[in-house]
Amino acid sequence: MTPRALRAWSWLHKWSSLASTVFLLVLCLTGLPLVFHHQIGQWLGTEVVSPPLPGGAPRVTLDQVMAAAKTRFPSKVGMYVSQELDDDTIWYVTMGDTPGSATGLKQVAVDARTGAPLAEPKLDRGLMFVVHTIHVDLFLGPWGKLFLGFMGLLMLAAIVSGVVLYAPFMRKLRFGEVRRERSARAKWLDLHNLLGIVTLTWALVVGATGIVNTWADLVIEHWRDDQVARLLSHYRGMPPVTQSGSLEKAFANARAREPAMKIAFIAFPGTAFSSEHHYGVFLRGRTALTGRLVKPVLVDAITGEVSASRPAPWYMDALLLSQPLHFGDYGGVPMQWLWALLDVLTLIVLGSGLYLWLGKRGPVRRVLASDLRSAAR
Amino acid sequence: MTRHAFWSLWGWPLVLAILSGAGLVGGLLGDGAWDWLTWIGLGVPCVVAVWFGLRGRSTR
Repeated sequence: MTPRALRAWSWLHKWSSLASTVFLLVLCLTGLPLVFHHQIGQWLGTEVVSPPLPGGAPRVTLDQVMAAAKTRFPSKVGMYVSQELDDDTIWYVTMGDTPGSATGLKQVAVDARTGAPLAEPKLDRGLMFVVHTIHVDLFLGPWGKLFLGFMGLLMLAAIVSGVVLYAPFMRKLRFGEVRRERSARAKWLDLHNLLGIVTLTWALVVGATGIVNTWADLVIEHWRDDQVARLLSHYRGMPPVTQSGSLEKAFANARAREPAMKIAFIAFPGTAFSSEHHYGVFLRGRTALTGRLVKPVLVDAITGEVSASRPAPWYMDALLLSQPLHFGDYGGVPMQWLWALLDVLTLIVLGSGLYLWLGKRGPVRRVLASDLRSAAR
Repeated sequence: MTRHAFWSLWGWPLVLAILSGAGLVGGLLGDGAWDWLTWIGLGVPCVVAVWFGLRGRSTR
């Protein structure tokens, strides 16, 4: 590598890291508890559990589920009805003042077998809400999200330039060598290089999928404009639905189209995931991979008949697959611990990078300069 | 760069990158054996990081 190229890569590594380090530290620190959000929810008692009933217990209809939720919040209207990937005994009903509301949302968990309200999970307070919101948008709304996405891009630049710099710095060292008996700076430089190169793939994947997730709202908006509007062009100009028909009938008709699939969620007319005139019924497959993807079925909200059913476009699949790759929630508890450990290793890479930069100011700077000169040779 | 120098520099990083990549993608494809691929694929880099990070390889 020429001295000039080395200086350019060093410059890129330094400034892309410096500009993003504080935010990446925040993301790693808040991401750590989020890896364990199910377990933490259990400890805090905020995780909803359904009472054990015999396996084949009959199910109540979705209209009954909605009626049960309505008794808790009579002034609110339905927005979404959903089920978790691994528990079909609970329906989560999300309600708002209007279907398009972004604030003041309420949720009721309803037992799918008995129709009894089980809990009202809080959507806008509590420890995990604060941690999650900091992680997602720093409490700054959509712009905060995009800002963190930009920090993610800087992180990718820092990773790529870091890999390029790995070669000149490690040329004279064996893999995993840490020069402990020399200065503290040499030790931390070697640790920074070691942990950086070991976590490389994971950090790239979690960084890139995190960036994709910051675009989720935009992707869904595009899907609505691109697909929904085109599939339902003959509904254009019709007045919005004020009195929807049976949710159960809409659900049953959608499921009849794809009998092998499970329900992910149903979006009410007027929400981001449907049209003004339709229920958006989102079905998912039953295998590890297809369970992460959805098939949207648009059902006329008044008649309950299916209007359109088409596989989700590639960008929706990409968004949905980027979620598990970011969350690390697809390999059980061992995976959670690996995710946590890799997160901590990344924290050490960030911290040691900061330390090396701080240490560079003052007399130590000359040491690094000589390091760089010998590396370029 | 000679062939030997290349592999002594990039050999381990490449092995760990391939293992991590296989682990990350494998777990998405299925359960059971696929989960084991994930645990091993991501576990080996973690073990390597902790081992050399804590003990270090002695300098020559």
